[in-house]
Amino acid sequence: MIYDPRVRGIVFQIILVALLAAGIWWIVDNTIENLRRSNITTGFAFLRGRAGFDISDRLIEYSSDSSYGRALIVGVLNTAAVAAAGIVTATILGFLVGVGRLSNNWLIRKLATAYVELFRNIPPLLVILFWYQGVLALLPSVRDSVSLPLGSYLNNRGFYLPRFVWEPGSWLIFAGFVVGLALSWYLARRARMRQMATGQQFPVLLTSIALVVGLPLLGFLAAGMPVSVDFPQKGTFNLTGGMNVKPEFLSLYLALSFYTAAFIAEIVRAGIMGVPRGQTEAYSALGLRSNLGLRLVVIPQAMRIIIPPLTSQYLNLTKNSSLAVAIGYPDLYAIGGTILNQTGQAIEVVVIFMVVYLSISILTSLLMNWFNTKMALKER
Amino acid sequence: MGERLRVDLDAMFRKWAGTVSRVRKKKSGYVPNNRKGFWVMKQLALGILSAAALGVFATAASAGTLEDVKAKGFLQCGVNTGLAGFSAPNDKGDWTGLDVDFCRAVAAAVFGDGTKVKFTGLSAKDRFTALQSGEVDILSRNTTWTVNRDTALGLNFAGVTYYDGQGFMINAKKLPGVNSALQLSGAAVCVQAGTTTELNLADYFKANKMEYNPVVFEKFEEANAAYDAGRCDAYTTDQSGLYAVRLQMSAPDDHVVLPEIISKEPLGPSVRQGDDKWFDIVKWTYYALLNTEEAGVTQANVDEMKNSDNPDIKRLLGTEAETKIGTDLGLSNDWVVNIVKATGNYGEIFERNVGTGSPLKISRGINALWTKGGLQYGMPIR
Repeated sequence: MIYDPRVRGIVFQIILVALLAAGIWWIVDNTIENLRRSNITTGFAFLRGRAGFDISDRLIEYSSDSSYGRALIVGVLNTAAVAAAGIVTATILGFLVGVGRLSNNWLIRKLATAYVELFRNIPPLLVILFWYQGVLALLPSVRDSVSLPLGSYLNNRGFYLPRFVWEPGSWLIFAGFVVGLALSWYLARRARMRQMATGQQFPVLLTSIALVVGLPLLGFLAAGMPVSVDFPQKGTFNLTGGMNVKPEFLSLYLALSFYTAAFIAEIVRAGIMGVPRGQTEAYSALGLRSNLGLRLVVIPQAMRIIIPPLTSQYLNLTKNSSLAVAIGYPDLYAIGGTILNQTGQAIEVVVIFMVVYLSISILTSLLMNWFNTKMALKER
Repeated sequence: MGERLRVDLDAMFRKWAGTVSRVRKKKSGYVPNNRKGFWVMKQLALGILSAAALGVFATAASAGTLEDVKAKGFLQCGVNTGLAGFSAPNDKGDWTGLDVDFCRAVAAAVFGDGTKVKFTGLSAKDRFTALQSGEVDILSRNTTWTVNRDTALGLNFAGVTYYDGQGFMINAKKLPGVNSALQLSGAAVCVQAGTTTELNLADYFKANKMEYNPVVFEKFEEANAAYDAGRCDAYTTDQSGLYAVRLQMSAPDDHVVLPEIISKEPLGPSVRQGDDKWFDIVKWTYYALLNTEEAGVTQANVDEMKNSDNPDIKRLLGTEAETKIGTDLGLSNDWVVNIVKATGNYGEIFERNVGTGSPLKISRGINALWTKGGLQYGMPIR
């Protein structure tokens, strides 16, 4: 038995795992013991304590009377908000630039190349500071705000937009929107099936737009126009009323979008170039116009190459959002840092950081993996 | 693991991560089947070695802070990254300021040489972790003494080197007619993260039922730059800090400090809990600085004063026969002489860094000695 290499291997593996577990246990135990000796409070009970500080950007109700736990949730939501907005913009911009790099138009091709080379080769922190100190801080002060159409303003305190005030009865509008979306989806399905069966086409896009816009409009009229608009007004210090997108959010969002878009552009270009040339020749031979061929033949195949590295870029963008700390955007890392400093509970806060970033990243991964399986080559 | 270990989490983690990744790498590598036994043995040996290394590491730093400092040969002092008058590098790259001079005084007490000190610039956010983890031996970084920091954070404050209070500064050119903090409703206020300032700000606006918009930066410099660029209407920190920040603005004369003081900010040096000997040394260095000012012992006349017949001064300077004050503290008997030679007394430190002899020109005010109507009161050295 002792000379059986397989058994011996297993035994040694078990010993190793046991040693590793003992080592980790020893470190954790030692840490707790030492914290106790240094008279530093431990445990997560501090999360229920009163935070005492204010946060300017928040998506949920929060005041200095709220708990540390709630402050952390505000931070998580801010991180999620900037990451989600950044991912959407970076994807759109990245696809445009990536296709632009393959364009037949010399100017577009060169512009796209210049964009990629510029943003890909600058560290993200510099891009953020460029937007914050180089662009948004140079905007005029509140008193000389730039007036934009529709009652919005731009100044060095950010972007001020009119805000819709939803009064009772406005649920009809949302209901109309949801019904419109559902009907469009059903319509698109039916139209595709009919085209498969009979070859007849149906103007899906136009009908969908009519449904998605028209139904909420009907709801709006039926409920007696229950929406008013709150325009920004000039106050003593700032513009009051309306909605304020702060320069911290704007610069972080723009920087992350522009930076990540450069990488996405390269991924898209690689994906499209990865589709064999024969496919392009084949759809031309079938008589498809080039934009239709691109949409029906090239892009679906390119997507299979694009999605896996795209997921990595999304994760990078989310993690890069912690650079917000340099410009004072209250993301998870900034708020967590403040809490760490107020309570002194470094280990607990760092554990929370790790758990939250890990959860957000794993969630993104799972979504993208699901999308990938949907797009993957289906053998029929 | 019986004795007291120093918590150096950062280094601990690095060590731990190193161990784990080394083991993992081995595990996933391709190994031919017939050599598996050998491979496992090697892996095991590696694991034991790393564990042993960890054990040695973890038990290394067990002596008291004074012994550690003496063994190192210098004092590691945590200071602000750049607050004029308190701690900032000058044009020659030397650290200057009231907080810096306090560390020099402690170094002089320990080594008889005020230059045996190294400075670590810390942000408000990093400062406590740096002290707790043993990265610095003393934190002298315009830090407010609060009960939370004294208890939950495991610190001990050795005294108050500067009695301060929080105030506001505005750009009077951009905001004419604002002459009170109570007129700041709706303002955007620049503030540094993780400070008592941030908490007082929230409390003050809440108590006065005013709205405001906090713009929170991790670093002092970032907050200053944002205020100077007009991102905020007002800037808030301790009043001494406001005067220092004003000097750094592009047009210092445009900025005014509003009269309201909204909090008590006793700033002082702190050390880790659980090392009373080290705590005593730092605490009595502070009192020595005050007592020498009270007795009229200065950097210039200290050698002359050693010949004084006044029993108070003799005791203070350790020239009394059979004196044990210095050795009881774990220092030499001429520790006070060394302190005064290195930095001067408290009054001299104050005047040089923040007082009338400095660009800040702050009057002694409540920081005067108790004999002159101030709050600085040195416990008797006897």
